[in-house]
Amino acid sequence: MARISVEVDGIAYEDDVEPRLLLVHYLRDRLGKTGTPIGCDTTNCGACTVLLDGTSVKSCSVLAVQADGCDVTTIEGVSSDGEWHPVQKAFHEEHALQCGYCTPGMILASIDLLKDDPDPSEEAVRQGLEGNLCRCTGYCNIVRAVRRAAQEMRVTTP
Amino acid sequence: MTTTDERPAGFENNDHKPIGHGRMLRKEDPRFIRGKGNYVDDVQLPGMLHCAILRSPVAHARIVSIDTSAAEAHPKVKAVVTGAALTGLGLAWMPTLSGDVQSVLATDKVRFQGQEVAFVVAEDRYAARDALELIDVEYDLLDPVIDVRMALDPSAPVIRDDLDGKQNNHIFDWETGDEAATEAVFASADVVVSEDIVYPRVHPAPMETCGCVADYDRIDSRLTLWSTSQAPHAHRTLYAIVAGLPEHKIRVISPDIGGGFGGKVPIYPGYVCAIVGSIVTGKPVKWMEDRSENLTSTGFARDYIMRGEIAATRDGKILAVRTNVLADHGAFNGVAAPVKYPAGFFGVFTGSYDLQAAYCKMTAVYTNKAPGGVAYACSFRITEAVYLIERIVDCLAYELEMDPVELRMRNFIQPDQFPYRTKTGWVYDSGDYEPTMRKALELAGYDELRREQAERRARGELMGIGVSFFTEAVGAGPRKDMDILGLGMADGCELRVHPTGKAVVRLSVQSQGQGHETTFAQIVAEEIGIPPADIDVVHGDTDQTPFGLGTYGSRSTPVSGAAAALVARKVRDKARIIASGMLEVSVADLEWVKGAFHVKGDPGKSVTIQDIAMRAHGAGDLPEGIEGGLEAQICYNPENLTYPHGAYICVVDIDPGTAQVKVRRFVAVDDCGTRINPMIIEGQVHRGLTDGVGMALMEMIAFDEDGNCLGGSLMDYLIPTALEVPDWETGFTVTPSPHHPIGAKGVGESATVGSPPAIVNAVVDALKPFGVRHADMPLTPSRVWDAMRGVPRPPI
Repeated sequence: MARISVEVDGIAYEDDVEPRLLLVHYLRDRLGKTGTPIGCDTTNCGACTVLLDGTSVKSCSVLAVQADGCDVTTIEGVSSDGEWHPVQKAFHEEHALQCGYCTPGMILASIDLLKDDPDPSEEAVRQGLEGNLCRCTGYCNIVRAVRRAAQEMRVTTP
Repeated sequence: MTTTDERPAGFENNDHKPIGHGRMLRKEDPRFIRGKGNYVDDVQLPGMLHCAILRSPVAHARIVSIDTSAAEAHPKVKAVVTGAALTGLGLAWMPTLSGDVQSVLATDKVRFQGQEVAFVVAEDRYAARDALELIDVEYDLLDPVIDVRMALDPSAPVIRDDLDGKQNNHIFDWETGDEAATEAVFASADVVVSEDIVYPRVHPAPMETCGCVADYDRIDSRLTLWSTSQAPHAHRTLYAIVAGLPEHKIRVISPDIGGGFGGKVPIYPGYVCAIVGSIVTGKPVKWMEDRSENLTSTGFARDYIMRGEIAATRDGKILAVRTNVLADHGAFNGVAAPVKYPAGFFGVFTGSYDLQAAYCKMTAVYTNKAPGGVAYACSFRITEAVYLIERIVDCLAYELEMDPVELRMRNFIQPDQFPYRTKTGWVYDSGDYEPTMRKALELAGYDELRREQAERRARGELMGIGVSFFTEAVGAGPRKDMDILGLGMADGCELRVHPTGKAVVRLSVQSQGQGHETTFAQIVAEEIGIPPADIDVVHGDTDQTPFGLGTYGSRSTPVSGAAAALVARKVRDKARIIASGMLEVSVADLEWVKGAFHVKGDPGKSVTIQDIAMRAHGAGDLPEGIEGGLEAQICYNPENLTYPHGAYICVVDIDPGTAQVKVRRFVAVDDCGTRINPMIIEGQVHRGLTDGVGMALMEMIAFDEDGNCLGGSLMDYLIPTALEVPDWETGFTVTPSPHHPIGAKGVGESATVGSPPAIVNAVVDALKPFGVRHADMPLTPSRVWDAMRGVPRPPI
């Protein structure tokens, strides 16, 4: 067992974990953060994407002990005071989700993408999200949503 | 993005949504975009244990012995169960949806790689996996049957020696159409074209794999099962039959499902293992498979080897189509299809064309592979049927040196021929094919594309334009013809209006992302005038919802959607009587204007549906013979399927140096009759088109000669990312279904059905300078490379 301290969605946790425990299972099974799902076993799908110190990572490929001392943001910590994040809002308005299973990872990867490129072209969005698989939407509305959110965020951020 | 759907400017808000059909944002989204969905693996119960399954590493072998002692000694392990233990409970085998049996845990031998051999129940998922490593199984290897074309060879090993007296790997023969009449047409036709066309084995691969949480309560002998099930009521009945538990003591809950695509229709051994695990331990037991288990052991799709033949006149009148199919069903016949349709609805292979004759002969066989066949938005084998006809029509166009659009247009069933009985007995409900085709040609700028292609060809560039035109058959189905293991394919719906005029509608079908919670509220809203925001849609809990067969085969709108409209009309009829009492006029003097009854000629006198709901539950008299309350329930038995259609055009560019295919454009025009929510339809179409790119260019579950599955993870089983698909261009026409209460047809699977032939036709068109008439999916760079060099190879 190893002792870790980690901040998840603004709350500090101290836990003893097996060194082999994957971050995604720590979030889901120990903290009850079930908004972060699992879609594969080979790091391809990106459903489990979270932000680790602000950068998107596939939490199925990070050990919980590696997150020691880090700040983790899951989909459950994205909106504040009941106000949806512009990316969440845009996903709703552009019908960029159906079954909703890839959505948490897709939104977090998009937030990271927009941090690096606040005005991405369609091609840049497709490139930026290639680590996130979706089986429902055919991606088209996801691309629209991310670009709509980008526009929204540029308007609201001075 | 080009779309002919009207998109209102600015942000829409559901509160401003007018009642009824039209674009409306989804009621499901607020929970999903905040991580508050409730999928099976999110379920946590006190004392819950975890189940993991030991799987066969080989395709065909006799089990000599299984030693579980080390696993049982693991401190966190609560139970280890083998086939021998299940035999004692009568659960080692279970019925499949095709009336075959399937092994839950192997007893005598294993029949495919990945087959379930034993399971462990432990305190956590890590310990359960650890314990699998401690089970020692000794196998005596047998020769596997992998190449389906060798399965009926007299020397082939018999896979199903568990079946009494079984001496070969034959499952069934099936035929449809008129063999002699077809033979006669072929014998005298000007032109006959034949082609071997393979639809390779693929997998629906929903983002969420299969899993369940079984909670057997020993005190009152009650089983609650949270499960990734597209058909919770059918599953409950089957569990009652398999496990011997009484049906009223079984509650199946399908919570939010992370995509199904047909992969979550069958009952898998893992569900039974978790149930047994819970019965044995007295604790809730969770089973959640990983991706490789999902790809190697749950329902595959397709795997039809087809010889297609088409007969025509020299000037392009198609006379007849004939096909011979070899169907690979894997080791157990688990095809999920209505009982009388062992080949599903493959009989619609005559497509959108008016023929003189048609005939199909099919043979299905066992091989040492996972069971399945019907999945991945196939509408019961219509993917295969449409691929066959749309590919062979293009082969004919190639031989006649005719434009593929022109050839199709000349042979369309005409609008005045509907309802149209095909030569294989299917009665198409309605269709107006030419305007749909013309719309697609217009959106694509077809003539301009052909000019561009000619220019590019002259420069040695490889550009292809592919067309497909399909007729789907969805909405199974009329109960006199269609049942799943004896359960008629009707669907229930229940509507209850609360005193304050809010409502709850309960469905027997089960959304896996198709937006039922939104669209069914819209259907009811349109009929009864209560805003969709005030209508909750409940599905997936067999204790709370009426019986029905679930969601697959694009049957929700045709069957359950009809039920929702009709149950709302039934409630409205009662509301009319109550209104007549409130307004002191006869029912004949009332006029329904969405949301209220008005007195004819005196529009100032009216009562709203909300007023009526309060009256129905309140004090005061109700008209003679009317009970209090405002609710109804129905079970809808469709009189026919619905037959949506569509015209698809694909443009591809092929890099001559690498043979990489890039889908540059894709135009999809769909006609599914009345459109309940255009936004949702468009999303469904985008999904199916992406399936098409995956199947046509990337996806295949392949096997080596020893039976090792070569597509067992997302490292090898390639599904499209955002980079492989273009910005979809969609359009529509509207030809309502005459027999459906709101004229709506199903649509969810249309794009999966219609897009693969458009893409393959485009690739083959691009390769025309090389004399290529056909190449099999998946058209990966290596396969296209071979085709360019005159050595096209079949995928298997």
